[in-house]
Amino acid sequence: MAAITIEKIEKSFGATPVLRDVSLKIADGEFLTLLGPSGCGKSTLLRILAGLEVQTGGSVAIGERVVDGVRPNWRDVAMVFQSYALYPHMTVQENMAVPLRMRRLSAWQRLPLVGRFRPGTKAVAAEIETEVMRTAKALGIGHLLARKPGQLSGGQRQRVAVGRAMVRQPAVFLMDEPLSNLDAKLRVQMRAEIKELHDRLGVTFVYVTHDQSEAMTMSDRVAVMLDGELLQVAAPQEIYANPDDLRVAEFIGSPKINKLQARVRDGGLAETAGTSFTIPADIALGTDVALGIRPEAFHLVEAGGHNILTGAVRLVEHMGSDLYVHLDVPGTHHPVIARLLAERAPQITFGRTLHLGVKPERLLLFAGDGRRLRPHDHKSASLVKMKERVQ
Amino acid sequence: MRAQRLAPPSAIVRHAVLLISGALILIPFVWMVSLSIKSPGEIFRASFSFWPEQFYGIENYTEALTSSPLPRYMLNGVVVCAAILALQIVICAPAAYALAKLDFPGRNLLFALVLIALLLPHEMLALPLFILGAKLGILNSYAGLVFPYVVSPLGIFLFRQFFKTIPDDVVHAARLDGFSELGIVSRIMVPMALPAIIAFGIFSVVSHWNSLFWPLIAVRDQNLMPPPLGIMVFKNEEAGNDYGPLMAASTLVVLPLIIAFLSAQRWFVEGLTGGAVK
Ligand SMILES: Nc1ncnc2c1ncn2[C@@H]1O[C@H](COP(=O)(O)OP(=O)(O)OP(=O)(O)O)[C@@H](O)[C@H]1O
Ligand SMILES: [Mg+2]
Repeated sequence: MAAITIEKIEKSFGATPVLRDVSLKIADGEFLTLLGPSGCGKSTLLRILAGLEVQTGGSVAIGERVVDGVRPNWRDVAMVFQSYALYPHMTVQENMAVPLRMRRLSAWQRLPLVGRFRPGTKAVAAEIETEVMRTAKALGIGHLLARKPGQLSGGQRQRVAVGRAMVRQPAVFLMDEPLSNLDAKLRVQMRAEIKELHDRLGVTFVYVTHDQSEAMTMSDRVAVMLDGELLQVAAPQEIYANPDDLRVAEFIGSPKINKLQARVRDGGLAETAGTSFTIPADIALGTDVALGIRPEAFHLVEAGGHNILTGAVRLVEHMGSDLYVHLDVPGTHHPVIARLLAERAPQITFGRTLHLGVKPERLLLFAGDGRRLRPHDHKSASLVKMKERVQ
Repeated sequence: MRAQRLAPPSAIVRHAVLLISGALILIPFVWMVSLSIKSPGEIFRASFSFWPEQFYGIENYTEALTSSPLPRYMLNGVVVCAAILALQIVICAPAAYALAKLDFPGRNLLFALVLIALLLPHEMLALPLFILGAKLGILNSYAGLVFPYVVSPLGIFLFRQFFKTIPDDVVHAARLDGFSELGIVSRIMVPMALPAIIAFGIFSVVSHWNSLFWPLIAVRDQNLMPPPLGIMVFKNEEAGNDYGPLMAASTLVVLPLIIAFLSAQRWFVEGLTGGAVK
């Protein structure tokens, strides 16, 4: 019904490129999240989808229809803005009724006084009122209809903004960081509600956020964006476990992935920080690579050696069930962070030397330019087979 | 107790300055009102008091209202000021919206021209406007009194500055909701900018209600004259040194302004723009 095809979108403001060659296919009914740090161009891409900004190059199709040059209100998309953008001089009821009034009433019928006496106005107005009421009730803001936005809390305004988008029953929902100004608790609650809304409406959602936990918990797929480029588009667990790019690996995951600069030695070994790790054997000797190790990929071992990092404890953070242990490892610039089980706590004290083992298959290997170096093709083929067998 | 009520010296100075300047502004008005209720003999007496010995107000005000077409002048003032203000808003709001929110080549140049126009005294344009009015054949009519003012650089400037503070997202939301660009101006921007528009409205009404220079040039027909011009003509022709009725007429002329200003004051205080954004 309303799949979105974004093809080679470019956008510059003056001489500054903001979006570079962005191509993306979003399936009908999918919940896709655009994830990226502040200023990477997420809102700009969303505005281009909505028709509020004209791209410098490329094209957008919604459903079967190419919508370049189509006015925003003819695109069958609704948007919830980063700042909510409610009309402050209208009540909640009027705010939510506006999109319907603009569509269902003629210009004459919308006139303040005269309109009421045009034929048909009353019936349509009553219909709009019931629809607004129904939507407001569904969002739990039925009792606020008579208020102005200035008299609402942040969370209530957010719901009104969602409601204004919802009443139209659009084919595509665009949401620009709708939760970024709510407190942590409300954010988690609204996260669930928006996800539920998506399940209920079954329409396409494009959701923008810079918060990875939102992206990971809500999305069917996540598109990671950095400096105006899409680096990877995949399911959340895939993005986390199998990043295509070092920047993606670094952006996703908290605490951040550990990055170790290494040089390839013979026999499929990479040397770093006074130790060596097993890597796929087909990488040329002397190549500089980066090893990415997630904090939870470490396990404690008794002594140093191959595939084992050794360092002194610098800081221990207790997180309840887990411990984040910061280690000073000779030969690295940043402390290495390991996530260990909390029952290890008594053994881990400041200054103690720890040995952390890493299984070779949990090692993520990146080329000097940040590109992911994957194991041999035959190996990934066997991985695929394994997955098929599991399913 | 008393020590607490004593204000610090700076506050005393501040209040003194405010009181004196307030008094300086008010005294002519009070004087005018006082003269308007005095008898002719009392007006020219050497000793003066604000309150008359003999209340002569009824005679003066009756004289002012009956011997001159003052009601007619006031009606002219209302018609002209209302037409000017309405047209100014109709023309300045879309222009200001374009300058504030639309992106088009030459926008900065156009805005610079508005700023330049803001610096020009209106009197400088009197002659070209007179010739234009004569060519159009609208001198000596309401249209002739109104047309020089409908494009107000001050209005465009003020509205543009206010529209700039309205977030782009509100405009975007309105476009998505299906408003046309003119619809955005009339249904979103103008209502949101109401405080600025009222401030401008007061400024516009006061200055055109009181304006003398252009009406003096543009109309000759007594039936079209706005209040100040009417009073001036009236004074020359009839009143001579009869200051009592003249002051009564002047008081009646400023009265609507004072009433309008006091009733509009509420709008300045009320914050109308709150809640657009989170
Ligand atoms: N109208 C504009 N003119 C010039 N530059 C702009 C304009 N709008 C956006 N930009 C620039 O484009 C870049 C991307 O902006 P955008 O608003 O899309 O970021 P974002 O990813 O949504 O960030 P955030 O998470 O902070 O909302 C920024 O560097 C911004 O400065
Ligand atoms: Mg943004």
